[in-house]
Amino acid sequence: MTASDTKPLLRVQNLCKFFPVHAKGIRRKVIDEVRAVDHVTFDIQPGETLGLVGESGSGKTTCARTILRALSPTAGRVHFQSEDGEVELSSLSEHALKPLRQQMQMIFQDPFSSLNPRMTVGGIVEEPLLIHGIGTPAERREKAADILRKVDLLPEHRERYPHAFSGGQRQRIGIARALILRPRFIVCDEAVSALDVSVQAQVINLLMDLQEEFHLTYLFVAHDLGVVRHICDRIAVMRNGKLVEMKKTEELFSNPEHPYTQRLLSAIPNPDPDIPLRPILEASEEEELAEAKL
Amino acid sequence: MSDKAPNENVIEVEDLRVDFPTEHGLVHAVAGVSFSVKRGRVLAIVGESGSGKSVTAFSILRLIQPPGYIAGGSIKLFSQKEPPIDITSLKEDDDLLYHLRGGLVSMIFQEPMTALCPVYTVGNQICEAIHLHKDVTKKEAERIAVDMLDRVGIPKPEIRLRQYPHEFSGGMRQRVVVAMALVCMPEVLIADEPTTALDVTIQAQVLTLIKDLRKELGGSVIFITHDIGVVAQIADDVIVMNQGKILESGSVRQVLKSPVHPYTRGLLAAIPSLSQRGSRLPTIDSIPGARDIDLTVPLHTLSDGRRVALPTEKIPATTT
Repeated sequence: MTASDTKPLLRVQNLCKFFPVHAKGIRRKVIDEVRAVDHVTFDIQPGETLGLVGESGSGKTTCARTILRALSPTAGRVHFQSEDGEVELSSLSEHALKPLRQQMQMIFQDPFSSLNPRMTVGGIVEEPLLIHGIGTPAERREKAADILRKVDLLPEHRERYPHAFSGGQRQRIGIARALILRPRFIVCDEAVSALDVSVQAQVINLLMDLQEEFHLTYLFVAHDLGVVRHICDRIAVMRNGKLVEMKKTEELFSNPEHPYTQRLLSAIPNPDPDIPLRPILEASEEEELAEAKL
Repeated sequence: MSDKAPNENVIEVEDLRVDFPTEHGLVHAVAGVSFSVKRGRVLAIVGESGSGKSVTAFSILRLIQPPGYIAGGSIKLFSQKEPPIDITSLKEDDDLLYHLRGGLVSMIFQEPMTALCPVYTVGNQICEAIHLHKDVTKKEAERIAVDMLDRVGIPKPEIRLRQYPHEFSGGMRQRVVVAMALVCMPEVLIADEPTTALDVTIQAQVLTLIKDLRKELGGSVIFITHDIGVVAQIADDVIVMNQGKILESGSVRQVLKSPVHPYTRGLLAAIPSLSQRGSRLPTIDSIPGARDIDLTVPLHTLSDGRRVALPTEKIPATTT
């Protein structure tokens, strides 16, 4: 463990993802670019949970997708500690990338649109194995039954279709699908945002149990700071494609330095009626200055 | 800090029942709910999805979609300007119903993206609401609309009036929806998860806006949400619903600070908080007695005014 502790599982360096803005007309000349991810640098240690927070449009999801090469980066490097040594994800070909995809998976936000309604749960959970050509049909079924049990579903549920499940159960199916390849790194993209508090608590517990059991590393993308605070070791705050602050969770909440982080934290409604909400509504001059510097 | 005795109610709901016929038989979405909304106060209805909180609110405006129907009970509206209206007895084509919707009681919906029509300008849609309820000229209506947009904090309202919803951001769109709901000065505003689809910073803006406008314009608010943090910040009174029944109701301090019903305690414990960071969250199933709710138990009024659906012997002696 000591060797892997010092070596980060994932090193993201100056990652950029720009989207072109086209002019009106036939030639669609590129007139501008949207800097969705703008020189983002961070690393994640093995077994760590890093939270990535920000408003909608801050680029947090694009950042996570670019790391997994679901989108190809405009610039920058992503070093991933795979089972056979370090690889640089951003320059690999799709072909070379495919075996590596087994080691990094994603859990999506919306449990209603991320599962194919025409496939049985068994089919959905087994599909990753099929894509990577792992095992015989019997072995695959066995593995699927196994993993369903791990996420507190029953092996019998394999025959059913997603519509027969509640939101929380569907999210478990999504988690089972991500876990069946035994990945080392999982991106949870707003994995619990669409769930009720009571169900959300169950799924958070499940994610934490699985992390312990399989030694998972999470990149937890979310806008709910309460959840992030509960589950993450460190938190990175994004704004307009840039990383504005990254700290240990307790430090970020007790001593937010960047004015934007302060503004974000001030907007969380406290469940205690005696602590009134005092949001900082407007960006201060200080914040705008800090932004100009970045 | 004692709460004032109820002097006047705007809405009184008694034993409301709403049923939906389905393939698997009748579903009682709301199964005998009674509560009242006090004038000038904010009532929050909380519960998980499927608890019947939205259906309760929709039935106040008689917006239950067929095949669903109000199976029993009564909803009475006590307007300051008009004689009391029994909402449940109105006919579907009653003029009073149209006067009620938007005029006396109005609603803010959850999705600011779908609540606005994409092919009409924002001004068009706000003025439509004004023309329906007030006898004013086009120019006058526009002036009222500009004034309202200004009040909800939209800069340059004269220009924004001529723009389409897609030209607004999510938070701005929700402001437009709030403006549309308030433009006819309703006595009751029903807000159905108005901030769920918004970022925290925008949510804080909209909450502050609703709070300020309520102070400024008066009137009562029914606030439906599942976010306890929002409830704590905006509500005066709280109702906790589950499976179409009220389990606990009382002032926001009573319910959030010293909940009596195990289900309420479970709901509050499930919120992630700083004190238990990294530990397993208590789920509702893990709190004894929170899941096996006996729905036949009637609401019991305690000495401090709150109501709890628990058998008398299970109610702990309150320290008051």
